[in-house]
Amino acid sequence: MIDFTKKAGFNLSTRHRAEQRFQWMGRSAIAISLLFLALMVGSIARDAGGVLRQAQIAIVVDLGAAQVDPADPANARYGAIVKSGLRDMFPDVSNRRDKKRLYNLVSPEGGFEVARKVAKKPDLLGGPQVLWLTASDDLDQYLRGKVDITLPENQRQVSDAEIAWIETLQSDGQLRRVINWGFLTNGDSREPEIAGILSAFVGSLYSLAVCFALAFPIGIGAAIYLEEFAPANRLSDLIEVNINNLAAVPSIVFGLLGLSIFLGVMGLPRSSPLVGGMVLALMTLPTIIIAARAALRSVPPSFKEAALAMGASPVQAVFHHVFPVAMPGMLTGAIVGMAQALGETAPLLMIGMVAFIVDIPESILEPATALPVQIFLWADSPERAFTEKTAAAIIVLLVFLIAMNLIAILLRRKLETRF
Amino acid sequence: MADPIITARDVNIFYDTTQALFNVDLDILPNKVTALIGPSGCGKSTFLRAINRMNDLIPSCRMEGSLTIGNQDIYARDVDVVALRAQVGMVFQKPNPFPKSIFENVAYGLKIHKLTTSKSELQDRVEWSLKNAGLWSEVADRLDQPGNSLSGGQQQRLCIARAIAVQPKVILMDEPCSALDPIATAVVEELIDNLRKDYTIVIVTHSMQQAARISQRTAFFHLGKLVEFGDTKTVFTTPNDERTQNYITGRIG
Repeated sequence: MIDFTKKAGFNLSTRHRAEQRFQWMGRSAIAISLLFLALMVGSIARDAGGVLRQAQIAIVVDLGAAQVDPADPANARYGAIVKSGLRDMFPDVSNRRDKKRLYNLVSPEGGFEVARKVAKKPDLLGGPQVLWLTASDDLDQYLRGKVDITLPENQRQVSDAEIAWIETLQSDGQLRRVINWGFLTNGDSREPEIAGILSAFVGSLYSLAVCFALAFPIGIGAAIYLEEFAPANRLSDLIEVNINNLAAVPSIVFGLLGLSIFLGVMGLPRSSPLVGGMVLALMTLPTIIIAARAALRSVPPSFKEAALAMGASPVQAVFHHVFPVAMPGMLTGAIVGMAQALGETAPLLMIGMVAFIVDIPESILEPATALPVQIFLWADSPERAFTEKTAAAIIVLLVFLIAMNLIAILLRRKLETRF
Repeated sequence: MADPIITARDVNIFYDTTQALFNVDLDILPNKVTALIGPSGCGKSTFLRAINRMNDLIPSCRMEGSLTIGNQDIYARDVDVVALRAQVGMVFQKPNPFPKSIFENVAYGLKIHKLTTSKSELQDRVEWSLKNAGLWSEVADRLDQPGNSLSGGQQQRLCIARAIAVQPKVILMDEPCSALDPIATAVVEELIDNLRKDYTIVIVTHSMQQAARISQRTAFFHLGKLVEFGDTKTVFTTPNDERTQNYITGRIG
């Protein structure tokens, strides 16, 4: 008789302990990775929080006929008008250096801002107007308590005089912090308080569109041929090995290829999303082909066999029965490839998409930059405010990525056929 | 006796260097059910798949000898496989409806061969096929539902409906009931008996009782050779060969 209640002899307790140990190891592995993820997202979110709001100053600007010619408002010297408005607020500032500091309270782009407001609303002209203008990044940093006033004056960005002006403005209710829509609607700028993500976002969007338009049909076509029609010989083996190797080639190599072929030989416009998209397509192709082949292989062969036995031609069998079933998997693979392309920086640097782009590109032929490149550029800037912009840009990139993955999941759910 | 519809003469089939069939001579008579029996690996499925050239899908498979259907050489150079398979339908071991609606499953062959000219004609043919497959009363009100929502036995009858929709001359069945329970099997067997009036049926089966129940002719394969072939009654009651005797009584296989 075997006694199943007796544990000794079966080594049961040791095995139970091993089981427990493994479970705990697994749990702690997950906990550690979640911790790192939380740390990363947390630190980015903390830095990015500052971008949410932007300080503005209320300034009385003289838009009377003496300053702005009503017949030709576009050519007025708005920069000077803003400066004189500031001087009028603090009449006791007299020496040149202090004046310069005073002008620094408003973003150097303040003049353009007034010009834009006038262009949008011409009835502002004719007399003095109170306008809310974007404050400089130093003022914004001070308002948020990011300036350490215990440091000696010459070691900080904001001088004692500036602090005094800011306090006066604040007590007069001439400072406010508003939601910073400009970050999402402006292009890049040298001034962090003006710099926005839109030009880089549009550049990324164009590049990805070009990348998808090229890589998806070519990749799917190649995968279908290789998986369903190509004869199994040494040549197709060689091609398969090479595609797998291509997927592992560092992206900067594709950038070099784009530089020498697309720009050098074909003479396509430098820094354009067209070339960026083409390079990213080259890089994404192996990923798409490999994913699409896996999707095709996962279709039960019985569908194709049944179709062939019905008298369907091989092309009919593949396109009527294999392709639709594999489609969700192929799309998912393509979107994962696109997400990879979205985060790619190195090849874009090689083809000149690292330029300082203020204007939002209007076509795939215009110079543009991309989100990861923009992050790289901002991270390189010395102003503290750009650190926050960097973090905020990373969040935009992450949201873009999450949106793409969400689309992949939804598409798969919608198109999936059960069998 | 009627002229045979399918004639195999000296058929040898190889997978690479392994020979799967040796010098098979076989005549399949029209409007009869011919059962191919034998232990696993004896070559009966290989022979079945040679008839509609499904073996072409296996690159290493090579065939010698002559195989004709209605006096036409199946392996002649100018034979269009698509046309051949429209004449020779096939039902597989595992029910394999397309991941489409019941209607689309049956309509597929009609559509790719452009056998109907109007939508109403297509609907009529689908209805006719489902009726002949004994499935119409069960699915008439849910033709737009996926084919794989049916039960296993219904799926297999759907596959039979799909095969007969294009009105082939011959229907090949590769162990059509091996994935079905006894009740579904009985329904399919009755269906096969009905279909015999209009079609020639070649069926591979592992069940000796099934072969005895539904077939008029039985061929016993063993190790790639056709050992015995004749009327089912004769093969099962007074086999000539000792191996047949041993197999049908359960001593080998």
